[in-house]
Amino acid sequence: MARRPKLAVWKFASCDGCQLSLLDCEDELLAVAGAVEIANFPEASSAVVEGPYDLSLVEGSITTPHDAQRIQAVRAQSKFLVTIGACATAGGIQALRNFADVKDFIAAVYASPQFIDTLATSTAISAHIPVDYELHGCPINKAQLVEVISAFLAGRKPAVAAHSVCIECKQRGNVCVMVQGTPCLGPVTHAGCGAICPAYRRGCYGCYGPMETPNMPALTREWCELGADGRDIQRVLRSFNAWAEPFRQESEAHDD
Amino acid sequence: MQALKADNSGFVIGPDGLQRLLEVLAGEGYRVVGPALRDDAIVYDDIDGVASLPVGWTDRQEPGRYALERREDNACFGYAVGLHSWKKFLFPPAETLWTAQRGSDGAIAVSTPERAPDKFAFIGVRSCEIHAMAVQGRVFEEGPYTDTAYAARRAGAFIVAVNCAEAGGTCFCVSMETGPRAEQGFDLALTELADGAEHWFLVEVGSEAGRAVLEQVPHVPATAEQAEAARAVSERTASGMGRGLDTQGIKDLLQDNPEHSRWDDVAERCLSCANCTMVCPTCFCSTVEEHSDLTGENAQRVRKWDSCFTMDYSYIHGGSVRSSARSRYRQWMTHKLANWIDQFGTSGCVGCGRCITWCPVGIDLTEEVAAIRAAPEEGRSR
Repeated sequence: MARRPKLAVWKFASCDGCQLSLLDCEDELLAVAGAVEIANFPEASSAVVEGPYDLSLVEGSITTPHDAQRIQAVRAQSKFLVTIGACATAGGIQALRNFADVKDFIAAVYASPQFIDTLATSTAISAHIPVDYELHGCPINKAQLVEVISAFLAGRKPAVAAHSVCIECKQRGNVCVMVQGTPCLGPVTHAGCGAICPAYRRGCYGCYGPMETPNMPALTREWCELGADGRDIQRVLRSFNAWAEPFRQESEAHDD
Repeated sequence: MQALKADNSGFVIGPDGLQRLLEVLAGEGYRVVGPALRDDAIVYDDIDGVASLPVGWTDRQEPGRYALERREDNACFGYAVGLHSWKKFLFPPAETLWTAQRGSDGAIAVSTPERAPDKFAFIGVRSCEIHAMAVQGRVFEEGPYTDTAYAARRAGAFIVAVNCAEAGGTCFCVSMETGPRAEQGFDLALTELADGAEHWFLVEVGSEAGRAVLEQVPHVPATAEQAEAARAVSERTASGMGRGLDTQGIKDLLQDNPEHSRWDDVAERCLSCANCTMVCPTCFCSTVEEHSDLTGENAQRVRKWDSCFTMDYSYIHGGSVRSSARSRYRQWMTHKLANWIDQFGTSGCVGCGRCITWCPVGIDLTEEVAAIRAAPEEGRSR
């Protein structure tokens, strides 16, 4: 039997939710363990097999000088590197620091700020190293994660669409909440969640970040028509994907 | 459905007769689908008798806006059109085309899913929607390659048309010559009259299957006055269209104006979200996804609705052919209203207005055409 590809899972600044979605696979977990050698996954096992690794899944953003170094080492020992989740692909919720002065936060939060060694920004992994594939979402969709791993094993392209949430919303049979008067980020947001929020009659929160061709000004004009003001727009865009370029630019366009 | 000349005079049934009609169809093994209230909208869904219908409700449709409103009567079909068309039943949003398994000897076995096609009874089909089925049928059923699953579902469907008594704010079937009165393509066609205390339906028979079903429903022949009253409903609706589209020379108009400045104008508003193509009853584009599982022993091909507004749609080696919103919107509208005529011998638009209502930013293709028509020379390329 051919050698199973070695899988490593890496954590940077993040909540662990995305890598835990791998353990949350349940039905597919044994198949994953059968298809790859889980060589380095501290959340699952303390046994670590040394690199190099065939497939690395990277969760989290770069927020410290130490992590900026460490991601270089991860890249060096990974043949194929996939970033998973909004932290790794866009900087995560912690990228809110990028809009302010991190020193002010440190002074406000820590009694002994001299022990804190952090960068001024939280940035995506792709800002530091070449990335082979990005899987978006906060958190990622575990079915899409299995799809990405299956595609890697077969040497094919993952069937993960980069279009708007609206397409999967309509495929699901939902009634459009925006046309019924509820501001929604679905038209500018990357598909992948299965349009969960509109299915429960809420506007999309943009957890999967910008879709492939987002027309941000056109959407936010309509938000204003529906009664939102600049502050509402800035707040909704400054969440998990605040530092994703289209969301960042549009939120800055609504500075008072 | 066996085509049959529509009976000129028709028959009359009451609300009880409509209930009986639905029971007869369910009893004959049809999956009965019709308008129902869900999520503050009228959608086409499985229904269980008249009680499931949106009795006493109507819809208020404008560009990018939709709301339900109470009617003053108890009409069962007193709205314009539902959000999703019947497309979602005949051409499902996702369908597994085949699966493959690798056997222990390494041989690959391909199998197509066993389908007992749903036998649908569609209740409340509008004239524009009947035309839409015919337009889509040309794509899936004619030409050298027939989509057999689609063809089976369509051939097996029992169609109860309902002539519109309300023109929606975004309707323009009169311009497209697709309504509001259903002339053909149905098994039974109803016209609802719900004035004051009176509530009855004029029934026209469009096929032998329709006649056989009507036989099982208490009915009486329509009087000349009743037939006239029903006809007046369609005439009133025809005169109340929310929108109009001048189709005169529209093929040349759009094909001759690929560089018109209006395409830049609409691109500035268009979200490329694809909602227009999802709700369009004739848009037929799909993509196929190939999935292999973790073991590499099983694979499947799934067909899903796709849209010319995605980048993947026009992706060829090296990139997407239509990388700008301008080129994508132009492609969609020019294909729908002009190139479709070259390709399929008919317009791709039936005037149902869904693309206008369900565009989150309310882009109105009738306005876009009118703007190009107002200054046609501007973008002439040859």
